Amino acid sequence: MQAEFATALLDAERQPPAGLLAADTTERFAVYRNNVVSGLIRALASGFPATEAIVGADFFAAMAAIYVRVSPPASPVLLDYGATLPEFLAGFEPVSELPYLADVARLELGYTRAFHAADAAPLPPGRLNDLTTHRIGALRVALHPSAQILRSAYPVAEIWAMNTGRAPLREIEDWAAQDILLLRPQHEVAAILLAPGEAEFLRHLQAGAALEQAATAALTEAGDFDLGAALAAMFTRGTVIAVTD
Amino acid sequence: MNAMLPHASLPPRAGTAFKPLHFAALQSGDVAPGFLEVHAENYMGDGGLPHAQLGKLRTDHALSLHGVGLSIGGAAALDRDHLQRLRRLCDRYQPHSFSEHLAWSSHDGAFLNDLLPLPYTEDTLRRVITHVEQTQTALGRRILLENPATYLQFAASTIPETEFLAEIAARTGCSLLLDVTNVLVACRNRGEDPHAYLARFPLQQVGEIHLAGHHTTEDRHGAALLIDDHGNRIAAETWQLYESLLARTGPLPTLVEWDNDVPDWNVLLTEAQAAQQLLDRAARNMKAA
Amino acid sequence: MSAKTHLTAAVLAGSLATALVMIGSPAMAQDASKEKCYGVSMAGKNDCAAGPGTTCAGTSKVDYQGNAWKLVPKGTCVTMKTPKGMGSLEPIKG
Repeated sequence: MQAEFATALLDAERQPPAGLLAADTTERFAVYRNNVVSGLIRALASGFPATEAIVGADFFAAMAAIYVRVSPPASPVLLDYGATLPEFLAGFEPVSELPYLADVARLELGYTRAFHAADAAPLPPGRLNDLTTHRIGALRVALHPSAQILRSAYPVAEIWAMNTGRAPLREIEDWAAQDILLLRPQHEVAAILLAPGEAEFLRHLQAGAALEQAATAALTEAGDFDLGAALAAMFTRGTVIAVTD
Repeated sequence: MNAMLPHASLPPRAGTAFKPLHFAALQSGDVAPGFLEVHAENYMGDGGLPHAQLGKLRTDHALSLHGVGLSIGGAAALDRDHLQRLRRLCDRYQPHSFSEHLAWSSHDGAFLNDLLPLPYTEDTLRRVITHVEQTQTALGRRILLENPATYLQFAASTIPETEFLAEIAARTGCSLLLDVTNVLVACRNRGEDPHAYLARFPLQQVGEIHLAGHHTTEDRHGAALLIDDHGNRIAAETWQLYESLLARTGPLPTLVEWDNDVPDWNVLLTEAQAAQQLLDRAARNMKAA
Repeated sequence: MSAKTHLTAAVLAGSLATALVMIGSPAMAQDASKEKCYGVSMAGKNDCAAGPGTTCAGTSKVDYQGNAWKLVPKGTCVTMKTPKGMGSLEPIKG
């Protein structure tokens, strides 16, 4: 019974399963169909507000209705629902004119993950002083659990900020690629624009590389990577929760 | 049935659903609801603001955890990972009560995000009893099981819903969460008298009551179709059912739910205060009798 | 490894020294607050959810049953200026 019921819930073309009792089983079954699909659309809209604002609520709902039918959640915990929405958008013909949209959705996914990430106390910037006694190149740092690095070919942080009421809607002057750090040292998630090489630096550190390796990778990518500034910024922002030899 | 498992212990007062937009008002308000209830699945992230808020509220308020995703009526085995998440949440917040629904919501690895109906048969009864027992063992406590809002029935059903719930409670030792709005919605939708339903309900097992707003529409045959949308004030008819119920049971922990188009805190609090007045009246009447 | 990316112990120690000067200077604290950063508390936009990605139980009266979508784009993509001009979403057809 539940197999047939579940299949028909997600496929509006299908007849409701046999054995239902109501004056009009199709109409009553439609109440459940509607609950399932509209509930999941709302769950997506709550996690992807900028994506929704960019395409408009009606368009988003129609697009999400297609998505939820092909990718229903795999868990009753919906905090991570929509993890594949960016890939879906990248291949969704009706939004092909908005090539930045998938990256906006990636940023929103990262925002939600940062919002719900584990708590951890960042090291105070003063802890940098203690590192002078260490072989600095061999140090490894643990980044805050909320830290996520996003690289986009578009000014995606600005587009996101403009579409969530964090910045006024206006013409984007510098239509350029952006590296972004999403970080939630306390309870507020910040989307921070990174300097050249910083994304590579942080990604290597996050993967467990020693400081020297991470800095080398950053310099290889960006000749103007400024290690001193990157270290200072990393600690002032509250990105680091532990330093190990 | 494990007779050692502790029962739920909510105060017999009017509580409200907790929504994050009401956090500041709740912290600063001088009138506190009798208890707060949250959906367990919304607190299954690792950290951040949701846990910080709930942790603060928990120090001043009695708490009810309400699960919306365990799929106790599901044909498949219960999700062990989800049971563990619920256990961790119960350990962390020590809620006064944990409740779930007589419904299913997952199938074949997909979570359908709705409380779906069950045929009331001997087979379903055995399965639900097993799942309630497993849940109670995993959580180390007795749970409350809620009657569903339904929009259709099954030809295969052989047991009335009230009898079905009574049997589950008797065999597992669980309590029941009587959602009065669900009674009204389900009864109207199947052309049954909600008072007659309540007259048959095993009231001795009720550990909590839910009240919520619903939406009334018409199907294409002109018959009333009630939708349990938790999106407005509690209807007059729901209040009447509640009052007649309290006359028989005396005061019971009562939650005002509001999940869609959530209003200002004062509106929600006013609804809870209306419930509290009926609870106070029921307490006086019990004493007088 | 090119000479440019070769990091000596002296260079590394020098960077740390620079960083220490930067975090110690009053200007840094100001710079950090002026850093291009879109930080924010959660807007109370969503009615029922306990933060992004959470659920509301309670069922919906909103109807998404229709399967012949003919949608005209109405979002900011039609007003946001991008190098390709205005976005022009195609209608989604069921």
